[in-house]
Amino acid sequence: MFYKIHKYLEKKSFPLLLGIIGVVSVGGLVEIAPLFYIDSTIEEVEGMRPYTPLELAGRNIYIREGCYVCHSQMVRPLRDEVERYGHYSLAAESMYDRPFQWGSKRTGPDLARVGGKYSDEWHKTHLIDPRSVVPESIMPPYKFLAEAELEYDDIARHLAVNATLGVPYTDEMIASAKSDVTTQLDEFADDYDGFVARYPNAVIRDFDGDADKVTEMDALIAYLQMLGTLVDFNEFEADLDENLR
Amino acid sequence: MSTLETTAPTNPHLKTDGSMWPMLFILIPVAIWAMFAATGPGYGTFGGVQMKAQAGIMLAALIGGIIYIVGRMGSETPVIDHSRYADTIVKYGVVATTFWGIAGMTVGVVIAAQLAWPEIFYFEGAWTNFGRLRPLHTSAVIFAFGGNALIATSFYVVQRTSRVRLAGGYWPWFVFWGYQLFIVLAATGYLMGVTGGKEYAEPEWYVDLWLTIVWVAYLLVFLMTLARRKEPHIYVANWFYLAFIVTVAILHVVNNLALPVAITSAKSYGVYAGVQDAMTQWWYGHNAVGFFLTAGFLAIMYYFIPKRANRPVWSYKLSIVHFWAVIFIYIWAGPHHLHYTALPQWTQTLGMVFSLMLWMPSWGGMINGLMTLQGAWDKLRTDPVLRMLVVSVAFYGMATFEGPLLSVRYVNALSHYTDWGIGHVHSGALGWNGFVTFGALYCLVPWLWKKRELYSTRLVEWHFWLATLGIVFYITAMWGAGISQGLNWRAYTELGFLEYSFIETVSPLHVFYVIRTIGGLMFLLGTFIMAYNIRMTILGRGNAVSLRDDGSLKPVPPAVSPVPPTLAPAE
Repeated sequence: MFYKIHKYLEKKSFPLLLGIIGVVSVGGLVEIAPLFYIDSTIEEVEGMRPYTPLELAGRNIYIREGCYVCHSQMVRPLRDEVERYGHYSLAAESMYDRPFQWGSKRTGPDLARVGGKYSDEWHKTHLIDPRSVVPESIMPPYKFLAEAELEYDDIARHLAVNATLGVPYTDEMIASAKSDVTTQLDEFADDYDGFVARYPNAVIRDFDGDADKVTEMDALIAYLQMLGTLVDFNEFEADLDENLR
Repeated sequence: MSTLETTAPTNPHLKTDGSMWPMLFILIPVAIWAMFAATGPGYGTFGGVQMKAQAGIMLAALIGGIIYIVGRMGSETPVIDHSRYADTIVKYGVVATTFWGIAGMTVGVVIAAQLAWPEIFYFEGAWTNFGRLRPLHTSAVIFAFGGNALIATSFYVVQRTSRVRLAGGYWPWFVFWGYQLFIVLAATGYLMGVTGGKEYAEPEWYVDLWLTIVWVAYLLVFLMTLARRKEPHIYVANWFYLAFIVTVAILHVVNNLALPVAITSAKSYGVYAGVQDAMTQWWYGHNAVGFFLTAGFLAIMYYFIPKRANRPVWSYKLSIVHFWAVIFIYIWAGPHHLHYTALPQWTQTLGMVFSLMLWMPSWGGMINGLMTLQGAWDKLRTDPVLRMLVVSVAFYGMATFEGPLLSVRYVNALSHYTDWGIGHVHSGALGWNGFVTFGALYCLVPWLWKKRELYSTRLVEWHFWLATLGIVFYITAMWGAGISQGLNWRAYTELGFLEYSFIETVSPLHVFYVIRTIGGLMFLLGTFIMAYNIRMTILGRGNAVSLRDDGSLKPVPPAVSPVPPTLAPAE
């Protein structure tokens, strides 16, 4: 029977093509499609919000420089990882990540919960010359970040595209996106209260210590300092049935 | 009688060909977009300089293509001789494969050295930082070296096993040059920092769209050639090529769906986020291995090993069973890249179970390839090209055993995120994909350029042993690095504290990284030797004595083997 079907297929190129398409479609449909409609795929958590414009710009620099080829952002629920990095990562924590940056290799440590672990100054020094703070480090230097001015003229478009794709950026967030970049760098900015209302728990300060200009270093450190800090783990109960997947 | 009257009778197979001008319908609109993107409003963050530079490269290439086509059409009516195989394009493919192989492997050695000596090859400005060079290396060896090898061999094999010239007139050339443009755009983009940030799918949206156009043309050329074949059966290699081409098209389109920030911005955001993006990405990523690096290269195996050994494929039934099993099961295996992550457990388990099942059909292919040598094992002593092909199948068997092992959750808990994974892919990439490609190139060059044999068999021996030793250095170093680092991460003191800080697990890797660099360098050196050998063969030096031109279609050879005729390549 099987060989009979095959005898037909191996003499007809178009049916062979259709047969192949049919056979290779099954696995993807079964594994991917349900993830979009099974509710438990992403946990209900408190605290997740979209990235601030500055964090989003920083994240894009993280992607641009290929940080993901050496750093994961996914703490696995294994004893040593939870002790080394913190609470294991939840699906909810990357729900606004386009693309996801879970990574596949730890040439350097996991960064899923690096936010708040080091000072801004440490990050800046480390990025400029990694071996000045970690002598055995094999990370390349990223000195240029401190001088490169952040290009963010079109940042509102970035938020708008994300909103189109389903990230809950409001019209207000999009409208104030550009000014929010500088607001986040200045504790005395006029729109401080508005910014905090739009992005709860966002850290507001001049990240690179250079108040004269907005640098790529500002954006990248802003992103690193918020990684893994949003979800309130006092409210999250890992043992609840709906959180077991 | 005047000599003018003695010209040869007109060849009935000469046909005028009008396939060139419709290409303008693709080239001109894309060129208009590129002109707009190169000169129009630059958008910040990513769109500015990078977009203009990329669009400029694209525009130059497209205008070159348009001028060439218009010039050709203006000066002559293109004529194609349908009694001859389209071999020039395969020759171009052979040269492109060799070139990109050297380029991609050189970048590989550079980044290996960067991990051993982090300040080496570092220039301020980030162009040569590891994070940008690593996608350049992976894309160059997989898509540029491997992709060109697949396109070139598929064009060669489908003609021989179907006994017709490639379909589509000049469209195979569109595929070839379009694919090179894709490579150049992707590569220059990575260096400038244009990346989608998903491994092995880094090119940005406009490069993805361009590749989609090229790939559809490739599928149509291949399929139409099959449809016009003069052999009743479709040869097994072509099943694999077809599965590779169409599945890669599906994977590429689905995984790269994205919305650009602006029509003239090099930055886009994907339609999937977080956990769904992860699953889609590794469905793509694992099947880039499954269909690009496995199905496509099995097709190479199914043509070149029987041809070189001059034996029919060992088992017809095994080839049927393992073909359908491999393509069905492979698709499921992606989630094993996401063990213990935030991906739901049911998906992880499915991925693991199917990865384990995949072991059997994978070995079906290995057994079918190896057993084809039955009755010709003695050739392994004298023919280093055949030995290369056979060793590639052995590495395929090893990598497809190691793969299911690593997909087991408990093993993965140790191996994941470590260099064990890097070692695993390189035993597949260097041993299997590299060697089977080298073997195919060594076969193709004398066949295509009509030489009696290669310039030097001794140099093939040197290539074989240097590369084999290089692989051994590479993968043993990565086993050592990966397993030791994995164990160090989870090491506890007697008092129950983590024994090592992260950096303390990094410093012991230095020696392994140096050994790995040396191994990679040996492999690269072998490839240089091959390039030299190929060049001298093409020039007709040494043993590469020229044969008379006999590229025309040959009569059907009488079937002599007791197995079904579809098993032996037609020529």
